Amino acid sequence: MSVLIYTESENGKFKKTAFELASYGKEIANMMGTTLTAVAVNAENAEELANYGVDKTLMVTSDELKNFNAKAYAHTISSAAEQEGSKVVIISSSANAKYLAPELAINLKAGYASNVVALPESTEPFKVKRTAFTNKAFNLTEINTEVKLLGLSKNSFGLKETSGAGAVASFDAAIPDNANGVEVASVDKVTGAVTIADAEVVVSGGRGLKGPENWGMVEELAEVLGAATACSKPVSDLGWRPHSEHVGQTGKPVASNLYIAIGISGAIQHLAGINASKTKVVINNDPEAPFFKAADYGVVGDAFEVVPQLIEKLKAFKSNNA
Amino acid sequence: MKILVCISHVPDTTSKINFTEGDTKFDTNGVQFVINPNDEFGLTRAMWFKEKQGATVTVVNVGEADTEPTLRKALAIGADEAIRINAHPSDGFFVAQQLAKVAKEGNYDLIIAGRESIDYNGGMVPGMLASLIDANFVNTCISLEVEGTDATAVREIDGGKETVKTSLPLVIGGQKGLVEEKDLRIPNMRGIMMARKKALTVLDPDDTQARTQAVAFEKPAPKGDVKLVSPENLDELIDLLHNEAKVI
Repeated sequence: MSVLIYTESENGKFKKTAFELASYGKEIANMMGTTLTAVAVNAENAEELANYGVDKTLMVTSDELKNFNAKAYAHTISSAAEQEGSKVVIISSSANAKYLAPELAINLKAGYASNVVALPESTEPFKVKRTAFTNKAFNLTEINTEVKLLGLSKNSFGLKETSGAGAVASFDAAIPDNANGVEVASVDKVTGAVTIADAEVVVSGGRGLKGPENWGMVEELAEVLGAATACSKPVSDLGWRPHSEHVGQTGKPVASNLYIAIGISGAIQHLAGINASKTKVVINNDPEAPFFKAADYGVVGDAFEVVPQLIEKLKAFKSNNA
Repeated sequence: MKILVCISHVPDTTSKINFTEGDTKFDTNGVQFVINPNDEFGLTRAMWFKEKQGATVTVVNVGEADTEPTLRKALAIGADEAIRINAHPSDGFFVAQQLAKVAKEGNYDLIIAGRESIDYNGGMVPGMLASLIDANFVNTCISLEVEGTDATAVREIDGGKETVKTSLPLVIGGQKGLVEEKDLRIPNMRGIMMARKKALTVLDPDDTQARTQAVAFEKPAPKGDVKLVSPENLDELIDLLHNEAKVI
């Protein structure tokens, strides 16, 4: 009966979303009067999960699961859910989680609600709030199936420390034959840089920066803040920055704690994509730019003067607060 | 190669979103509908396969009669034929089941769908469809090449990309990158005239029950006014971010 969460890790280390899922899953387990179980693949330090309420962790260790494979991972999670008799299964909103979710839903005969942003309004019937229309609205979804699958939006619930029983058991599930239909040939991942998906802070540039040669200050500001860099759609369409940095309705969604937009006017599609960010700062020389209506803090000024000053002041702030 | 492109009929990206009937229904009043952008990248890639590799392209939509102009637009862009399953697309599972039936009966080699629709953002139809017909599946696909029955795809991952080897039959959840924005096609007059003569078959849905139901909608709470900081006084901005927003 326990609630099951799939806790993602990278190079053995749990991601922050794993602890957020645990915090969220624990509250649902409490609502339903049951315990919280986690399933983790090739991860270490299961005891860290107990600080966020996990009662039992199923540790899967497998060379075959070294590369992510949606079918194999989905099968591992559904086998764990079946063993635990879980009626609620929760995953994150990472690219990998969204990839395996539909297969997992079919395996479990579960109704699936993605982009969930709050605890269930009720568990019988099971109703949960999610974003729709690319963050332009919320939608209350009722799941009618016996097993429910939820995809939790990043940063929507936060971390809540609470102790769980913290038992650890090894777990093993056979890999289905058809998992071999998609094989990883190569992975091209930026190492060292913060990714938009994981970033607490995102610094984003728009067409107001006039050309790709002016991105040095965006990158420097990002470095000072430990942030990921991003850009608006026109900038990626013009080829100034790679598509992978495009945030907005047809690009990547951003759900960071702090989003700083430099020289971005704030088209409705862009604002939709970054709406889930907690605090938004806009720097733009046009006081009429729509972004000022969506931002928490704004600076009306020339980015080429404001940003270098901001970098210097932040460096001073960091060294005083180190 | 037989290609099936799944098309969602969605509000234009510039649409203001409103609800009606006590916030239980999307208000379509004054809204312009378009081919879902993620699907349009896939449709354009399908046109490339048609022109360079002799593929045939069928487009399919689960929707009521009001979605036909969107399908006609796909035909005008160059798809060979269209299928509409005459039903309200009540949830992702229901839609995936309807598409699975079409996919099986038509024996398609490659099925291209968008990674998600920009209205409900469920992000589940392509993956469920692949699972239901036991085809290979690549999500957030940004590049696709097919040679015989072998396929090479690139998928976007958090912080980079991954190249995978796979084979037909294959379903992809596509997005921008499959083709560039500048490669998207606007139907010309000849295409529009030809589209009128192309087959648009209407099929009845099966009796699949939806597993989820959108029971209510709400819009985000209106935002408070922006706090303006003078460019001469950026220390204030740092102070606000540190002490008020507590984000640095």
